[in-house]
Amino acid sequence: MTRDRRLSWINGLLLPLFNVLTAFLATGIIFLFIGVDPVEATKILIYGALGYDEGLGYTLYYATNFVFTGLAVAVAFHAGLFNIGGEGQAYVGGLGTALVALYINPAMSAWIVIPLAISGGLLFGALWAIIPAYLQAYRGSHIVITTIMFNFLASSLMVYILVNILREVGEMSPESGDFIAASWLPFVHDVFASFGYKIAKSPLNLSILVALFFSAAVWFFLWHTRWGFAIRAAGKSNEAAIYSGIDPKKIIVVTMCISGALAGLVGINELMGVQHRLFLNFNYGYGFGGIAVALMGRNHPVGILIAAFLFGILYQGGAELDFELQNVSRDIVVVMQGLVILFCGGLEYLYKPILVRFLAPVKESE
Amino acid sequence: MAKSNIAIELINVDKHFGAVHANDKVNLSVQSGTIHGIVGENGAGKSTLMSILYGFYQADSGQIKVFDKDFRATSSRQSIEAGIGMVHQHFMLVDNFTVLENVILGSEGGAFITKSLANARIELTRLAKEYGLEVELDIAVEELSVGMQQRVEILKGLYKGAKVLILDEPTGVLTPQESDELFRIFEALKNQGVTIILITHKLREIMNITDHVSVMRAGKMVAHRETSKTNPEELAELMIGRKVLLNIKKSKAKSGKALLTAKNLKIHNEQGLKRVSGVSFEARSGEILGIAGVTGNGQGSLLKALTGILPLSQGSIEIMGETISPKHPFNPKQLRELGVAHVPEDRQKMGMIAEFSASETALLGYHNDKEINQGVWLKRSSVKANCESLMEAFDVRPNDPNLMSSNFSGGNQQKLILAREFERNPEVLIIGQPTRGVDIGAIEFIRKRIIEMRDAGKAIILISVELEEIMSLSDRIIVMCDGEITGMVDAKDANEATLGMMMANALQPQNEQQGVEL
Repeated sequence: MTRDRRLSWINGLLLPLFNVLTAFLATGIIFLFIGVDPVEATKILIYGALGYDEGLGYTLYYATNFVFTGLAVAVAFHAGLFNIGGEGQAYVGGLGTALVALYINPAMSAWIVIPLAISGGLLFGALWAIIPAYLQAYRGSHIVITTIMFNFLASSLMVYILVNILREVGEMSPESGDFIAASWLPFVHDVFASFGYKIAKSPLNLSILVALFFSAAVWFFLWHTRWGFAIRAAGKSNEAAIYSGIDPKKIIVVTMCISGALAGLVGINELMGVQHRLFLNFNYGYGFGGIAVALMGRNHPVGILIAAFLFGILYQGGAELDFELQNVSRDIVVVMQGLVILFCGGLEYLYKPILVRFLAPVKESE
Repeated sequence: MAKSNIAIELINVDKHFGAVHANDKVNLSVQSGTIHGIVGENGAGKSTLMSILYGFYQADSGQIKVFDKDFRATSSRQSIEAGIGMVHQHFMLVDNFTVLENVILGSEGGAFITKSLANARIELTRLAKEYGLEVELDIAVEELSVGMQQRVEILKGLYKGAKVLILDEPTGVLTPQESDELFRIFEALKNQGVTIILITHKLREIMNITDHVSVMRAGKMVAHRETSKTNPEELAELMIGRKVLLNIKKSKAKSGKALLTAKNLKIHNEQGLKRVSGVSFEARSGEILGIAGVTGNGQGSLLKALTGILPLSQGSIEIMGETISPKHPFNPKQLRELGVAHVPEDRQKMGMIAEFSASETALLGYHNDKEINQGVWLKRSSVKANCESLMEAFDVRPNDPNLMSSNFSGGNQQKLILAREFERNPEVLIIGQPTRGVDIGAIEFIRKRIIEMRDAGKAIILISVELEEIMSLSDRIIVMCDGEITGMVDAKDANEATLGMMMANALQPQNEQQGVEL
């Protein structure tokens, strides 16, 4: 193996692996401090997330959301943009999905309604990202700041819409009525049942296939189309992009639209797949989780699938921990998430010098 | 004056940077009170060696003696105390400080600087007189010319008690006249017993000014010569290890019709500062038009405007029957489609993307081409094939399209960029600093290719700060100073002296008149 190849293995696989392990180790130390046996906790977490059908179903269901928001962050990142607005884009995207699923002609076939509802999510997610993108490209407002502000705006906007517009007459809780049945995405356990296999019920639904489809699409788009090339060029070097006839301003707007659209897909899992109505805070935490997933997955769709699965495990396993152990609350997941961001993001290259020295040392002759 | 004692002696100095053996058992002895030149190609290890002397790096092994005392610097402070001063290629001055403030920087001597300023003023006046280094002390450095700023750097070194001055490529930013002035200062310093180490890749300077010369190649010190007993050809051969053709032979230009006509251009840079005004010229087919000038006199902005990166504020450019004007701008993509190729001045930042593979760098500007796209699909196999053919045409080594762009040497990066721009058969070529930071072997190759393009009937605009390059390649020469054209001559009538005067805009009016007529 050439040295270059070894270096890319170190960068692509070993570093994230070591970083994640360090994050877990740190979590273990925290467990010790709160008087929980880390080995015991790990056992509960792993069993809860992977040990039985229902747990695995939940794990994959959570992972689906993280794939969408992770891809969103990654696409923006390749253009050199840090999209922190996944939370808001997911939220408003859900509104787009809901509007289609609530008001389309109920007699229409699911084959038409589902694609339209998905498009609604894509469109609204993109629209919510386009304003910060425009402000960054043409007015110089920093996208990190504006996307954070847009998360708050989205939150207020959705409360207003749910309370004043979509809430059904006579209902107390701020949520919409039921989506039309044609917009419901089938549960995986129902699909299996129709083929004669019986598996435990879980919220896992066919939006996981949508997530896989978009992972492949993002991979193809970024590395196998001229537009992806332009986005990556602009992300690496503004000057080289301009030189190549690429307009970096346009790239910012287009990329953010794609990024927002991907985040907007969270709604199809949560709303079309599980709840079949629009409600408050269905997006909670997935937008931010997507940042950690993208960092851990090194902004590559394959890495993101792996990282999203891991986060699914944490979410589901974390819920089990909360249930099983007295002095652990579900918030431990947020702590772990924070540690993953710290070690995969902030301390990304912590182990690089030592790994390079042992696995890809420079040779005298070179 | 020159005593025969040794100012600096290096014995078997060795330094590795990872895989790179930057200095391989280097021996050097510099006699006190002489001017000692060190020549070598980029990457030969000259700068590393000097950085070891100046305490930026520590040698892995070997011994250094300064005035017969063992010396091992771990910071520049120790080097200064030992009597070594360094003038870097890029000046280390605070622009909005006065000359006086800059000189005492690092030797303020206490919390209140009033007293040290007063002392410094007396000392500097003395130094200036002694060495002929007059500089206005109370003027902000940013208001001084580059040549004057360099004097401040030298004064700074002397003020700190330097007995040995190291200058790294000191003439890179100077006009020929300013360089001559610098060399006069060197003589004065030498006569006062100061030792000067001059690092350069310009052989002419070595021949003119130094007493001794040492040649480095690939980290090794390959030869020491008395300057009077050597010649540029021998030095060039020692530098690259084989014979080179320094002057490229070329036939007489067969210039045809004008392919690019610039009229009364006014250009503002990215920061909105006026960089070019009232510039007009034409580039004809089968001809190389050289644009000379000291760095930062508007050539860069002109090049960017000609290639669509900067908009015109006034005037027009006619290219291939199209007219570009402030109201009718063209972007780089449209210009490429018209047949304008652009080799940018800044290869690292603009010409390539360091983290991209060679095959992707070879795609910049041409990623929309039909040959590599099939519908939405950017065909990887075609991208690779494209890069392979470019690499073969321009002998890029290693010929691996998957290698990261930053892993190629400067010369090979430049060859890949040239291949990308030349192989699409453009009509107008706009080339900035084609051989900057490129080794001599590649320089020869690149210059030959440029002349081949000329002979194929292309119009070539060449922007370079290397006067030697402009003179050896161009058929006609424009000189720019402060955003204006200060001279226009036929290459056969050009010599360094007149071009230098034009670069400083100091030519007599009657000659200027003549320039305009051409």
